[in-house]
Amino acid sequence: MARSRGGVVLVVEDIWKDYEGLPLLRGVSLTVSRGETVCLLGASGSGKSTLLRIIAGLERAERGRVLWDGQDLRGVPVHRRHFGLMFQDYALFPHRSVAQNVAFGLRMQGLPAGEVRARVAEALEQVNMGGFANRRVTDLSGGEQQRVALARALAPRPRLLMLDEPLGALDRALKEELAGELRALLRKTQVPAIYVTHDQDEAFSLADRLILLHNGLVEQSGAPAEVYAAPVSPWAANFLGLSNLLPGQVLALDPLRAKTPIGVFEGVQVEPAAARTLPPLRVGSPVMLLFRPGNARPGGEGENRITGVVEDCVFMGEGFRLRLRLESGHLFTFLLKEPLETGGRVTLSLPKGDVQFLMEPDGAVGREEK
Amino acid sequence: MSSAVAPTPGSRAQPRAVWGGSPLRLLLWAVPLVFLAVFFFYPLGAIFRLVIVSFWREGLDPSVVGAITRPLGFTVYQAALSTLFTMLVGLPAAYLFGRFQFPGKGLLRVLTTLPFILPTVVVAASFNALLGPRGWLNLLLVEGLGLTAPPIQILNSLPAIVLAHVFYNTTIVIRTVGSAWEQLDPRLEQAARVLGAAGWRVLAEVTLPLLRPAILSALTLVFLFDFTSFGVILLLGGPRYATLEVEIYIQAMSMLNLPLAGLLSAVQMACTLLLTVISSRLAGESFLPLAPRLRGEGLRRPESLTERAMVWGMVTLLGLLLVSPLAALALRSVTRFEANRGQRGAVEQGFTLDYYRELFVNRRQSIFYVPPIAAARNSILYAGATVGLSVGLGFLAAQSLARRSRVNRVFDALIMLPLGASAVTLGLGFIIVFNRPPLDVRSFPFLIPIAHSLVALPFVVRVLHPALVSIPQSLRQAAAVLGASPWQVWREVDLPIVARAALVGAIFSFTISLGEFGATAFLARPEFPTLPVAIFRFLSQPGALNYGQALAMATLLLVVCAVNIFLLERVRLNGAE
Repeated sequence: MARSRGGVVLVVEDIWKDYEGLPLLRGVSLTVSRGETVCLLGASGSGKSTLLRIIAGLERAERGRVLWDGQDLRGVPVHRRHFGLMFQDYALFPHRSVAQNVAFGLRMQGLPAGEVRARVAEALEQVNMGGFANRRVTDLSGGEQQRVALARALAPRPRLLMLDEPLGALDRALKEELAGELRALLRKTQVPAIYVTHDQDEAFSLADRLILLHNGLVEQSGAPAEVYAAPVSPWAANFLGLSNLLPGQVLALDPLRAKTPIGVFEGVQVEPAAARTLPPLRVGSPVMLLFRPGNARPGGEGENRITGVVEDCVFMGEGFRLRLRLESGHLFTFLLKEPLETGGRVTLSLPKGDVQFLMEPDGAVGREEK
Repeated sequence: MSSAVAPTPGSRAQPRAVWGGSPLRLLLWAVPLVFLAVFFFYPLGAIFRLVIVSFWREGLDPSVVGAITRPLGFTVYQAALSTLFTMLVGLPAAYLFGRFQFPGKGLLRVLTTLPFILPTVVVAASFNALLGPRGWLNLLLVEGLGLTAPPIQILNSLPAIVLAHVFYNTTIVIRTVGSAWEQLDPRLEQAARVLGAAGWRVLAEVTLPLLRPAILSALTLVFLFDFTSFGVILLLGGPRYATLEVEIYIQAMSMLNLPLAGLLSAVQMACTLLLTVISSRLAGESFLPLAPRLRGEGLRRPESLTERAMVWGMVTLLGLLLVSPLAALALRSVTRFEANRGQRGAVEQGFTLDYYRELFVNRRQSIFYVPPIAAARNSILYAGATVGLSVGLGFLAAQSLARRSRVNRVFDALIMLPLGASAVTLGLGFIIVFNRPPLDVRSFPFLIPIAHSLVALPFVVRVLHPALVSIPQSLRQAAAVLGASPWQVWREVDLPIVARAALVGAIFSFTISLGEFGATAFLARPEFPTLPVAIFRFLSQPGALNYGQALAMATLLLVVCAVNIFLLERVRLNGAE
């Protein structure tokens, strides 16, 4: 279950948006609850940022509604929505100091100068930038700018915080450090947040709930672990880094078995937590088989065996990452406890629970529309 | 030698010119420098000398003070007023260009380049054809309302001056502020809105502060141009309105009071210098990084009703401002509206090419001793000579400037100096200095292209120099390694790349020369008029024929300038990518 800590505050209903004549968002709906961090995950160009801008009021959707506490926000101008938005490249005001940037939203609220000062100091402390108040923002490093932008967005205590790829421009190590700080801050302030990213690791580490956006639609939604354990579609599996996929045809329903170019496999169909319903499996239905990488073992008897040539086997700390070239030409990745020799021929067997039968979701037909 | 393997650090940091340390390089330097010394610094120095000597001898008469403060006061007043109105039109226009995408934007952008290159006499003639006593508006009102006298008396008034200045300088605001606005990351404004700022507060707290350097630099530039304006004021302001420039001309040419003209010139130069210093100070103010990630990201189509009204209102206004005077000029030059000779009262109206035909006729009572079309021939001859002179000198100067050194920075500043001195001052200096053969204004018409070259040279160098510097040193080295002599390197590598820039420079100086009025007004003799001078003379004469001929000549000049702009854009577009 998603860890929601209260009632739903933001409802986004059936948002449609065209971009340069082509549909970008095609009926996206989502909710955000009090205290919840929702990660909007999708490839670049999937319309995630546009959705944020529609919620902020910076862009108008062709169709659909955005509601806050049941109130339709149509007609409420950007500056009266009282949302926070952290831009991808921060959009810090270059003509103002760090403190003046953070103070901006507070001044717009008409707070007295003394309170503005106190709140600015507090916000800068929150992001560990206490000593930077009088610095020019143009002199800051990327990570420092990111912190100031966060402080600026948080200082007015917005009722919703939106973050558009806030760690996108930073290097790996800094990204992890800042993601940790961000997680702590979101927990502490309890501000409902929508976090947009294309990086699944970032999303896993921050999200209470994950929303996968694909082809202008919500592909899947749920807690990160649930989504990872049961991707709803081949695209979702692939996007989350589960790329051992092979097309097949259902042979029998009980037990669930399918025929593939490299043999017959017995597997399971995992019920996805949310999002769209799946079409029922029938004998003869085309399916996509996902071979989860974690529990494969060399050797074994009977069905659920995969044979191939070891392309390489790399030590990864907790185990060895094996890349296996199948006879069908596919390249699969598995995690093993013991290393295997490169160039050797090997057969792996998988527990049936690790062979998942995936289908294109119902929306698949509609997706091909022009 | 180890340097055969690794290039020495110095050889990479300092781009070396083609001619090592040979005497040829000295020539590169010396020729433009001698030209400047003889034809710029000497005449300018002569003005100062004349001023000092004559006022040393006679002392400063209180009436002289008045003779300076009166035109100075009016110069500042009209410049301030013109700048104010230019900004009132220009800032919304800059917003239009910086933030909106609309059909016809490209065309409008091309139209805004027109004022850059249109001669003052053409603009003056255009406003005359639109608003003058014989202009379209008055003609239509007289016809329509059955009046006996033209109802609009805008010529020879301050509004005419201001209007022409707005026509000229709105472009500067659009270029400077508009491009800064386009560069301004729209996310900064959006961030302010999300943080709770209403529209006007976004403007006051984010947009305007960030555009401040651009606005200030446009403001000072517009003021400087309005301050030094000559032709517009002489032709549209009439005798009552004398700025410093016009007063210099009147004192020198009508009153023959050269010392006073010189003093006015000195005052004018001092003011220009002050304004230039202020302007470069403001320009030096650190521009903040505003660039959006994608080009044109901040541009949008007008959406709300107010935005659409704003955009189309502004487009209409700019279209009217830029097109209607020029259209009025061209149409009026082929339209007859006068009573025919001998048929009193009967008015013949309609299309006519008489004004153009008359250009080829040398009438006895004519203002010049030659048919008016000779002015066109003179103009083209002078312009051709100017191109040769300025591009040749510009080439030498740019070639020697390609090498970076402290001496070169001084040299560069020297070449740019003529930009600061007004053409009128230049003309005055010439008639003070060059009054003996062989260099006599009265017998040596080549002084006109020389004056024009001084005006054009800074532009030519500014076009040529970047092109020369843009050639990577490695290209020349590759050619040399392949066996090319220094001369062959220049011919095979530098020349083809620089040729395009040279063409741009040539078109520039040709157009500058064709339209130049300030210096030419001093130097042109009656039997060798240029087109602008002829237009000025014809416009200030009574009679429908004179008026029509002035407009016909102005139209010819307009067409040539428009063609040049077109060529310029073509050459430039081909050059980019």
